[in-house]
Amino acid sequence: MANSLKCDLCGKPATVHLTQIVENKVHKVDLCEECAQAKGVTDPSGFSLADLLVKTSLNPEETVEGGLRCENCGFTQQEFKKVGRFGCPQCYAAFRPMLAPMLGNMHKGSTHIGKVPQRALARRSVYERLTKLEMELDLAIKTERYEDAARYRDEIRQIKQNAGEKS
Amino acid sequence: MKFAKSNKMPGRSPETEARVEALLAGDETGEPMLGKGPIVLMTRVRLARNLSRFSFAGWAKEAQRSAILAECLQAVQALPQMKKHSTFAMEELSDLEKQLLVERHLISRELSATKAGSGVVISRDQTCAIMVNEEDHLRMQVIRPGFQLKRVWNAMNTIDTALEESLDYAFSSELGYLTACPTNLGTGLRASAMMHLPALVITGQMEKIVRAVNQLGLVVRGLHGEGTDASGSIFQISNQTTLGESEETIIKRLHKVLATIIEQEVNAREKLLDSEATKLFDKIGRAYGLVQNAFLVNSAEALNLLSLLRLGLDLGVFPEEGRSRVDRLFIRSQPAHVQHACKGECDASQRDILRADILRAEFAKFPRPHYPREGNN
Repeated sequence: MANSLKCDLCGKPATVHLTQIVENKVHKVDLCEECAQAKGVTDPSGFSLADLLVKTSLNPEETVEGGLRCENCGFTQQEFKKVGRFGCPQCYAAFRPMLAPMLGNMHKGSTHIGKVPQRALARRSVYERLTKLEMELDLAIKTERYEDAARYRDEIRQIKQNAGEKS
Repeated sequence: MKFAKSNKMPGRSPETEARVEALLAGDETGEPMLGKGPIVLMTRVRLARNLSRFSFAGWAKEAQRSAILAECLQAVQALPQMKKHSTFAMEELSDLEKQLLVERHLISRELSATKAGSGVVISRDQTCAIMVNEEDHLRMQVIRPGFQLKRVWNAMNTIDTALEESLDYAFSSELGYLTACPTNLGTGLRASAMMHLPALVITGQMEKIVRAVNQLGLVVRGLHGEGTDASGSIFQISNQTTLGESEETIIKRLHKVLATIIEQEVNAREKLLDSEATKLFDKIGRAYGLVQNAFLVNSAEALNLLSLLRLGLDLGVFPEEGRSRVDRLFIRSQPAHVQHACKGECDASQRDILRADILRAEFAKFPRPHYPREGNN
C-alpha cells in the first residue's frame, strides 16, 4: 500500500488511521496493523480513541497527579493511569475527585439518565431494611424492651415471607 | 502467523472440538452474518455489566474470577434465550478456535487473550453471545443481520432485565451501571452497525462522512483506513458516549445518522451508475473474473473482491440468490476460517493458496454478471 504515514507507537508504516473530534479538537492517530490489534482497534466490541489516547499518552491534555487509593480493593491512581480502568465498583467513589472533571469530556453529561435495575435495587433495599431491623431487635432484647422486640420480630418475619413469595 | 491447534490442553474436555464444530456448522441454519439486502450487513448492541460484590475482571484475583464466572454462567444459562446454547471456557479453546470465534464476532480479541476464569455463552442461532470476565464481568451482545437497531436493542434489554432478577449489578443512581473503564459508564451501551459503503469510498466521500459522524459523537472504525478501499469498504459505526443520555436517545440518534448514511450511499451509487457505469461495471466484472480464476488471494484482497460482488448483487448485476454465498465468504475467507477449512496448520502464504481454492470452488457455478445499464457511457 502506498502510504507514507508512520505508526505513532512503533514507527512502522501505518495502515490504520483514526480521526476523532473530541471537544472540537481533532485527534489523529496512525497505527500499524500490529499495534492496532494490540490496542484493540480491530476489536469490534469496544474500542474508543479516547481510551487509546489516555493509554498511549498521545493526549495533549495532562491528567491530574495525585495519590488516591480505593480502600475496598487497593487500586491506586497510578494504576488507573497505566491501564485506564478501575479495580472495583467502589473505586468510583474513591477516585471521584480525579474522575469528575474527566467525565464531562468523555460523555454527553455526568449524570446517568436511563435504565435502572429496578429488581436489584428493590432487593437491596429489602436487605438493608432487614439488616436494620435485626440490629434493632438485638438492641431491644439487650435493653429488655420486649414489646418493641416482638414488633421487630413480626416485621422481620413479614418481610422474609414477602420475599419468599416473590422468589 | 500460524494458529496453534492443540488438543492437549489443560481444561479441555474431549468434546470441545465437537461443540466448536457444531457451532460452525450452525451456519446453514441461523448465522447472523447472512445478509439481508444492501448496505447494512449487521446490527449489534452490547451492554457492559458488573456484579456489585466483586472487583472488576482485570483486577480480580483468580479465585474471585472463578466465583464470578460460576455465578454469571448459572444466571446466563438459565435465560430462556439460551435454552440451547454452547458454553466455552477460554482455557479449553485452542488459538485457532478462539480466532474462529473472533472472526465471527462472537467473542472479542480481548476475551481471547484472557487467562483462567473467563468464558462465553453463545445461543444456538448465534444472535446472542454473553462473555464473562472480559473487561467487565458481563459483556453481552445481540447481533442480527440487516438494519434493525430498535429490535436488537429490545432483545438485548429483555435479556438484561431477566439477568437482573438473579444478579446484583454494580449500579449507582448518579453514575448508572459501573464499568471497569469509565468510557462505558452509565448505560454501558454500545450500539453499532456494520456498513458496506463502496460507492462512498469510490467517490472519495468517506473522509467527509467520518468527520461529520465524529462531530455527532459517533465513531467510525474498522481496519479499513478512512476513505481508502483497502479492505472491503466495510465500516463499523457506533455511539461513543454512554453517560448522560438514555438508551432510547442513544439508539434514536444512531438510527438517524445511519439512515442518513444509507441515503448518501444510495445517492452515490445512483451517481456512479449515471456518470461512470462503465468504470463501475469494469470493477465488478474484474472481481468476478478473479474469484473464478485466481490462485493466490490474501484476506484483504478477498474482502475487496467480495465487496465488489456484493455491490454487484445490490445493483442487480447478480441474482439475489447469490447473496448468502457472498456474505458467508466475508467470514470464511478470513485467516482462521481458511486454516480451519484445511484441517491442518498452515502459514499466511499457504492460506492465500487455500483461500483462492475456496473462492474458485464457491464461484465456479456462480451466475454470470448481467449489466442492467450496459454501455451507458
